[in-house]
Amino acid sequence: MSTIGLENWAVDLAEVGPIYPFQGWEIAMTVIGVVFWLGWHRIQYVRETEHLKNVRNIGDKEKIAKALERY
Amino acid sequence: MDGNLNALTTIFTEFYYWVTVVFMFLIHVGFCMYEVGVSRRRNHMHTLMKNVMIIPLVTVTFFFFGWWIYWAFPDFPLFGGLNHEMGNPNLPWSETMGTNLSDRITGVFWAAFLLFSWTAASIVSGSVIERIRSSALWVHAVLIGSVFWIIDAAWGWHYAGWMVKYLGYHDAYASGVIHAIAGGYALGVLMVLGPRLGKFTKSGTPRDIPPHNTWMVTIGIFLIYTGFWGFYAACNVPAISPEAIGGEITGTTWTATNIYLAPTSLSGITFNFLMSLSGGLMAAYVISKGDAFWTFSGGLAGIITASAGNDLYHPIQAMIIGAIGVVIAYKLHFWVERRFKIDDAVGAVAVHGYSGFVGLIIAGFVLWGAPSSPFEGYASINPVGQTLGAIIMFFVLGFLPGWIVAKMQNAVGALRIPEEVELQGLDYAEHHTYEDAKNEIIESDKAYLADK
Repeated sequence: MSTIGLENWAVDLAEVGPIYPFQGWEIAMTVIGVVFWLGWHRIQYVRETEHLKNVRNIGDKEKIAKALERY
Repeated sequence: MDGNLNALTTIFTEFYYWVTVVFMFLIHVGFCMYEVGVSRRRNHMHTLMKNVMIIPLVTVTFFFFGWWIYWAFPDFPLFGGLNHEMGNPNLPWSETMGTNLSDRITGVFWAAFLLFSWTAASIVSGSVIERIRSSALWVHAVLIGSVFWIIDAAWGWHYAGWMVKYLGYHDAYASGVIHAIAGGYALGVLMVLGPRLGKFTKSGTPRDIPPHNTWMVTIGIFLIYTGFWGFYAACNVPAISPEAIGGEITGTTWTATNIYLAPTSLSGITFNFLMSLSGGLMAAYVISKGDAFWTFSGGLAGIITASAGNDLYHPIQAMIIGAIGVVIAYKLHFWVERRFKIDDAVGAVAVHGYSGFVGLIIAGFVLWGAPSSPFEGYASINPVGQTLGAIIMFFVLGFLPGWIVAKMQNAVGALRIPEEVELQGLDYAEHHTYEDAKNEIIESDKAYLADK
């Protein structure tokens, strides 16, 4: 048994196509990939919204003025 | 890959594109340095993160659908349906989109286009620094990097694209398909986003917000120049026979070609790259009275203006065209800034958008009547086709989607950071945590020393 469909390299390479594991599962892998991508946007957006809400008023004027001076 | 000559050609082509990809990575490094150099200290980390995360987001989406769009959309939707024959092998679940011993070129070819996608997104990223929400920019990055620019590439930067066939559109090194569209897209977003706090006085006069680190900006733009070499090489097919092209070229002489499979030479584009860079630098130095920021950006704008026809121009033409583009872009930048109160932090709309737009139109006149393609029945290069092409790139596929999506984000409060955060700086919270942690460990160490 081999996840890539080949158990040794005693083959004519002209006859060999894909050699990645789990051939036949490409669509399922694409679905997982798209969910991972969209999920990332969702997580990031929610966290950023929360973060911007929390940091709106964390700085006192003196500290902010100091930060502005640093350019 | 049977036969030694066939194997050598395949491996050479694979390696050629692979090297261009590595070079083009420097464009992104340059953009990151440039953006951070221009931004103020209180926004550095967010500015950098905003641009760095373009890399994975555009990469995965370009894998999922961007690459397929390029092959499926040459006629779609105006002049035919989706091209499934060319599109299907480039779907994310295709067997050729992975390690495959019967296909050795798709991955590197995909990567070469992908690096163009990063560039398109990165151009937009620079113009909106210090006030856009990262989440908003990343949506724009996916749209410009994996949807809109690649649609324009299918239409106007593909040997079978409808713009090439019917308009005679010619844009060998992407004045329009990368730069005009990205500049137009940035302008659309900027119009909704608004300027940074303090950019304009109460009477509407623009204030200069100088870069915090001019040296970083300088190195950044020099890295972009360097990566641009790789980009030029990546736009070519390095060696191909007339038989493989299958067009009207007779004889058996192998040649380098542009993206349309029309002949050019590495020698010619090397002349023209350097001469248009020089023309741009010289004109920008004069017009900006030696301003470092605009002189260096002018070099880039010079190349961008001449890029549409740099496969065919004479080097002196490339130099003059580069110089003309810079003068127009520089003047337009300040006019638009004053007239519409647009705050383009890095001048991206001018350097990429206006230069690219102007470059397309100039190419229509200078290359008038030249064949746009080696295939029979294609329109030849002409000013009307190039002008329509420029409008499609800058306004239709660039400005309009950027403006619409930014409007939608703005309507739900997802476009711009709150005013208080903008003033205290995007990195304020992180600085705060850093300072607290620093003070705590210093106090702890001092206490330990006192106990000894």
